[in-house]
Amino acid sequence: MRYLPLTDTDRAAMLDVIGAASVDDLFIDVPSEARLSGPVEGLPMHASEMAVERHMSALAGKNLSAGSAPFFLGAGAYRHHVPASVDHIIQRGEFLTAYTPYQPEIAQGTLQVLFEFQTQVARLFGTDIANASMYDGSTACWEAILMAARITRKDRAILSGGLHPHYGEVVRTMAKFTEDEIASLTCELTGEPDDAAVIAAIDEKTSCVVVQYPDILGRIPDLAAISEAAHAKGALVVAVVTEPVALGMIEAPGNLGADIVVGEGQSLGVGLQFGGPYLGLFGCREKFVRQMPGRLCGETVDAEGKRGFVLTLSTREQHIRREKATSNICTNSGLCALAFSIHLTLLGGNGLAQLAAVNHDRTQAVVERLTQIPGVSLLNDAYFNEVTLVLPGDAREVVRELADRKVLGGVSLGRLFPAQEDLHKGLLVAATETTTDEDIETLASELAAVLEGVPA
Amino acid sequence: MSGVNAAGWRPTMGEAGEASEKFVTSSGDYGLMLEEPLSFELGAEGKCGVDIDTPERAPAAGLSKFLRKAAPDLPGLTEPETVRHYTRLSRQNYAIDLGPFPLGSCTMKHNPRLNEKVARLPGFADVHPLQPQKSVEGALEVIEQLADWLITLTGMASVAMSPKAGAHGELCGLLCIRAALDARGEKRDIVLVPESAHGTNPATAAFAGFKVQSIPATPAGRVDLEALKAKLGPNVAGVMITNPNTCGLFEPDMKAIADAVHEAGGYVYCDGANFNAIVGKVRPGDLGVDAMHINLHKTFSTPHGGGGPGAGPVVLSAALAPFAPLPFVTRGPDGGIHLVEEENRGEGHSRAFGRMVAFHGQMGMFTRALTYILSHGADGLRQVAEDAVLNANYVLRSCEDLLPAPFAKSGPCMHEALFSDAGLADGFSTLDIAKGLIDEGFHPMTVYFPLVVRGAMLVEPTETESKAGLDRFIGSLRSLAKRAKAGDESLHSAPHFAPRRRLDETQAARKPVLAWQGAPGEPGQPSLSEIGGS
Repeated sequence: MRYLPLTDTDRAAMLDVIGAASVDDLFIDVPSEARLSGPVEGLPMHASEMAVERHMSALAGKNLSAGSAPFFLGAGAYRHHVPASVDHIIQRGEFLTAYTPYQPEIAQGTLQVLFEFQTQVARLFGTDIANASMYDGSTACWEAILMAARITRKDRAILSGGLHPHYGEVVRTMAKFTEDEIASLTCELTGEPDDAAVIAAIDEKTSCVVVQYPDILGRIPDLAAISEAAHAKGALVVAVVTEPVALGMIEAPGNLGADIVVGEGQSLGVGLQFGGPYLGLFGCREKFVRQMPGRLCGETVDAEGKRGFVLTLSTREQHIRREKATSNICTNSGLCALAFSIHLTLLGGNGLAQLAAVNHDRTQAVVERLTQIPGVSLLNDAYFNEVTLVLPGDAREVVRELADRKVLGGVSLGRLFPAQEDLHKGLLVAATETTTDEDIETLASELAAVLEGVPA
Repeated sequence: MSGVNAAGWRPTMGEAGEASEKFVTSSGDYGLMLEEPLSFELGAEGKCGVDIDTPERAPAAGLSKFLRKAAPDLPGLTEPETVRHYTRLSRQNYAIDLGPFPLGSCTMKHNPRLNEKVARLPGFADVHPLQPQKSVEGALEVIEQLADWLITLTGMASVAMSPKAGAHGELCGLLCIRAALDARGEKRDIVLVPESAHGTNPATAAFAGFKVQSIPATPAGRVDLEALKAKLGPNVAGVMITNPNTCGLFEPDMKAIADAVHEAGGYVYCDGANFNAIVGKVRPGDLGVDAMHINLHKTFSTPHGGGGPGAGPVVLSAALAPFAPLPFVTRGPDGGIHLVEEENRGEGHSRAFGRMVAFHGQMGMFTRALTYILSHGADGLRQVAEDAVLNANYVLRSCEDLLPAPFAKSGPCMHEALFSDAGLADGFSTLDIAKGLIDEGFHPMTVYFPLVVRGAMLVEPTETESKAGLDRFIGSLRSLAKRAKAGDESLHSAPHFAPRRRLDETQAARKPVLAWQGAPGEPGQPSLSEIGGS
């Protein structure tokens, strides 16, 4: 077996040192009736690298990859071009095969990256500080709600109707068990986000309002107005950013009054990967630091006075506080944080702004072209790189038919909101710097054909 | 002040005389020992390592009131500067690729590169989670095949694939238990956790809304069955047992524990962090387990990545299977593979307790783990467990004359050897041995965990280490134990040869500096002078 260095001679010599007659003697604590006498039945035996690669390649070949078709999906996961150097660097063994920096003297590479990452996220979000990452945007969102409850000592959270429904589902699932009260506003097919409804829902018991920015339909809520209203009643504002590239163009939530900003970092450096692993981003005001979940990296000095970095404030965390910890989270999303950080280092703030401008430009091109199709209209005038188009009928069938024509044309609102029939004509369409004019023309002509009922 | 440079050096503190004896270079670098400033200190506004098109259109009118006043305050670097920055940083890390990384409970085994290659195939890496099912049949098949392996290897009924990490898997398992109790109309709110448990266990139980009660260990390092039985009752939802446990021992009473818990109406959660010791040798399902997470980044070699991402699928017994969260993949009566989510859950899956993540879980880890599993096969996985256990026992028996092994006097350990620092010279402890190992060129073992042993040192060599590699490690560990017994003061200041000496963690926590405060391109650190004044 190519991954196992012990030889039979080694094994025999080691058993001698141990004083055991056979390896089975080392499993003596396992009750004999539970011990398997040979390999688990019904499973194949070991295979060569070539054979395994062939098997896995065949499975990969059954998928229609985003790069092989005109591609317009978003809804919380975006296809951006990732520079080759990003993937090269994250495959360096010193990053790939290290672990949580428990021994900081020999983990300064990882620790300094985390410190740089925290700084980048904080500056991008307009928050004072950020942590070393969470599992993904949806779990970061729930952790933010818990944190707001700890800070305000209130336990009613209001979810805007523009929150990604999967995020809302994660929150409601968790809240069911913790018995926090969640007031979920309904998503409606309107050109304006539900700012007024969010503001109207805030009361004295409200711990926080959770507002996605831009929201699930691509609309942009007025965070400043919401923050003013929330703060007047002692509630916090949790802004959720599922497309961080947007913050190259629209104002950072922290600069508009958001107290906690969470997000999905997948857009930068990480790639689509059928939904994971992704990267939860988490920033907040400095005064809340001891209520934060997750790992934090801080600056210090070593015994010679050299600057160095360590994991810090771990008295919040499970390995010290056990059942009194701020969260049960243990691992972060280290390698994805590294990828995000490298991509953002390559871009810099100005590069990110320009990338964002290109994303918006591509989306404008999509809007210009698709709204020429009879029966297709644009829902929202204010958008970044994703818009909701309203079709004459249920968009789910349209998306499937487009896929049959090798066009990945967007995400139907029926898939995201199956129980809400009033949304089923909605089609979410996203464009990024990877979207070409040819892609847009293909989508337009195929969409027109599908709507006209022309067979593929 | 000539010792101060842009990378943040300052005159040495403590250890008088050492600085003058040391040769000092003008750059602050020493041959291949390279210092590296923060990216922000290197970068400049306007630099960019990506060539980006110029947009043709002005922003849409509707966007004008939302526009940023200024670009984010982040310097950029060109590609060569970026590659050099991170490559220089990478050299300050220890990693499995460099040598043994025997962190107990973490299972730091080799990460096969085929796994990385496969995960990057466009058919896996460049697929959106919300594509129509017909366009992602291969991805669903990967999930289904991996699920099938996990179910078969553990002898369980079903598996929830979406949890993102071990602790997230624990949460999934406990929420399944909550949902099952709710379905029975029972409000049980206590979870029993052994005092030797990993910190995530009690934290997860609390996170899931349970009260935690601790169960003591026997002098032999196992769960005290009688103490556990005494705590069972109508308010106990279940137990969380780690098996093999955090002392590196198999719990021989596992079946009896499970029977007692079941009889009292509770469920058995097993922390599968240590599954590497028994994969292919024992099926947890045969021991009465109701739920167990599997850390794909431990047993199935997906890379640890400097602290994640992990992946924590949870295998479930028939009693808990109906409550598994959405989304999941099933094989229908037609033999086809289907993705079940909110849209199509229907009556058949009405008891699913909800959703834990936005999409399908850690697909990039599923492809790697499946590749690893197919490479080993049923025979190879069994060999993995045997070699991992053999290596740990070899370390145990090769060092126990110098370092006491409190629980392994009478019998073998599983995949990790637990030592105590009892018997070192006064003032010497586990920390000195750990930092000494760094100087010897090794990553230290897990230290001060589990808490039930004084000065615990938990060594998990894994099956990745060769005998020759283990002999080198054992040689170093024995040498350090002797030095610590003899009171060798130089250990107190170890490591001497790492990129950094011991770091001041108290300072870091007292005045947290969690983000760089300077402006782009500015060298130096305002916070350093503050620290220097204390």
